Amino acid sequence: MIGGTKTAHSIVEPTPLAKRVSGVIIIIYALITMVPLAWIFATGFKTPSDSISYPPKILFDPSLEGYVNLFTTRTRQTPEYMATLPPPTTWYDELVRSRKMVIAGPSKFGERFTNSVIIGFGSTFLSVFLGTLAAYGFSRFKVPLKDDLLFFILSTRMMPPIAVAIPIFLMYRNLGLSDTHLGMILLYTAVNISLAVWLLKGFMDEIPREYEEAAMIDGYTRLQAFRKVVLPQAMTGIASTAIFCLIFAWNEYAFALLLTSGTAQTAPPFIPTIIGEGGLDWPAVAAGATIFLIPVLVFTILLRKHLLRGITFGAVRK
Amino acid sequence: MAITSSIDRLADRAAGATPPQMRHTVRGLSDRGIAWLFIAPTIVLLLAINIFPLLWTLYLSFTNFKANRIGREIKWIGTRNYERILADADIWETLQVTAHFLFWTIALQVLIGFTLAWLINRQFKGHSFWTTVIVLPMMLSPAVVGNFWTFLYQPQIGLFNYAVSFFTGIDPSSFQMIGSVNLAPWSIVIVDTWMWTPFVMLICLAGLRSIPDYIYEAAEVDRATPWRQFWTITVPMVMPFLMLAVLFRGIENFKMFDLVVELTSGGPGSVTELASINLKREAFEKWRTGYSSAFAIILFVTVFGAANIYVKALNRVKQR
Repeated sequence: MIGGTKTAHSIVEPTPLAKRVSGVIIIIYALITMVPLAWIFATGFKTPSDSISYPPKILFDPSLEGYVNLFTTRTRQTPEYMATLPPPTTWYDELVRSRKMVIAGPSKFGERFTNSVIIGFGSTFLSVFLGTLAAYGFSRFKVPLKDDLLFFILSTRMMPPIAVAIPIFLMYRNLGLSDTHLGMILLYTAVNISLAVWLLKGFMDEIPREYEEAAMIDGYTRLQAFRKVVLPQAMTGIASTAIFCLIFAWNEYAFALLLTSGTAQTAPPFIPTIIGEGGLDWPAVAAGATIFLIPVLVFTILLRKHLLRGITFGAVRK
Repeated sequence: MAITSSIDRLADRAAGATPPQMRHTVRGLSDRGIAWLFIAPTIVLLLAINIFPLLWTLYLSFTNFKANRIGREIKWIGTRNYERILADADIWETLQVTAHFLFWTIALQVLIGFTLAWLINRQFKGHSFWTTVIVLPMMLSPAVVGNFWTFLYQPQIGLFNYAVSFFTGIDPSSFQMIGSVNLAPWSIVIVDTWMWTPFVMLICLAGLRSIPDYIYEAAEVDRATPWRQFWTITVPMVMPFLMLAVLFRGIENFKMFDLVVELTSGGPGSVTELASINLKREAFEKWRTGYSSAFAIILFVTVFGAANIYVKALNRVKQR
């Protein structure tokens, strides 16, 4: 018993000290990489003057001014005019008036965020739908030039977005698709489909063919077997692929910057333009960034088991 | 009760297994028909939104077209755009900036990423939690995060300058990361490394975990020193994974746009003007559509060619 069962492993098992030292280094690194994110979060709750104080304030009185500024547009007024107004009815009215301003209306952030949601979910649904079909086709059937087609699908990802942005810009202008939700959904679907096909093909390859064959012997047609046997088995894979597509569409910037300006603009090109008096209103920018980044943080934590697979297009599966 | 319901269920299943009419029409689809039906939409979409625009870019690269002047006649000017690009000093400078960025981001990310993976692989308590924490920056929007880094880099009030001065005693307002010609190229390297080191780390970790214990046990029996084990077992076995990580980072950073545009927008001057940023300026600010199309084609052919050669090398390493 003494050492007997452990020998085989204890040779390669690191010593407790080595483990502890590596743990400490990793935790220090993790904490340092978290600083910029923590700073975004903290800045969102600062007042503009706290946000640009020197030395940088770690402890401060939290304020919702950044969030109020993010969602509203405000105008500066004279004290005489302010005196004629009825007393403020809400806490945000009061906050804005304490800065000698009144709320003029909602800002564009809500719209831009909604655009991100519509375009993100729309393109995710479409790329996962098309990707599932194509992946099943590639996974189960003899397709002529299969490897070439798969490589072709992957190679579309190597293009710099700006390289195809010029003709897409011209094409969309002719078709009336520029600055529309539909145009952006189609474009993001085309960008994400390579990821969807490659990931889903990997997941489908892992489902034994015998399941469908058994179902088909029982009288299912090919399509029924696909729907009732393969799809339920592939559900985890489909869900994680969907989250990856959603994150990529959510984060996309280059096309959004070049092809949208108003109605269909998503949040990434918009957030940096949230301008306050005298340059950028950092608490408002940070508030916008916080709201925009939190869904991705949640999804990343949900995805952590499939993360490696997603970021390598299924090349590394752990 | 229980018996009737189970009989019902059996009947349901039998009905489901032998569907009526439907069967004939669906059976009419051969496997090959289904295969094409399933694959075609994807291919059509890619042809319409990727290949057609690419061919259009190729065509425009031989013309003097300017996208802001619609009515004007498009003239075919042969390879003149390409000749001009190869003789253009700005383009060579842009490529140098890109090369500097590529080299240093990949070198730092490989070094730090591998070290982190190696430490995590010792499986200390809580290692999977901290791995998830480290991975977070990589999934975030590069544009939004890059924009916020300009705030961290502010001289005087920025947290980055403050931290540097806190640890080194240098006056925080004495240097500008983004504003200075010397430091700006490093400011983008730092942010990219912060963001993407976890990517290399995750892939290296998969590589380290793929090494079976018995190889180390055998080396131990042969009394190989840990140093020797590291260089003759760990490094060669992780190498294919590491090369894959470099391939992905190489392609991504060669076409890098969002993060750097929001950080420095190519400045000051053009010291951080990466190829994609130069392309955007030529195409959408100066509206030299033909010229920038030619540059886009050159970039695409370069990435595509380099990636192909690299994959061949990677396969050779894998076979060893």
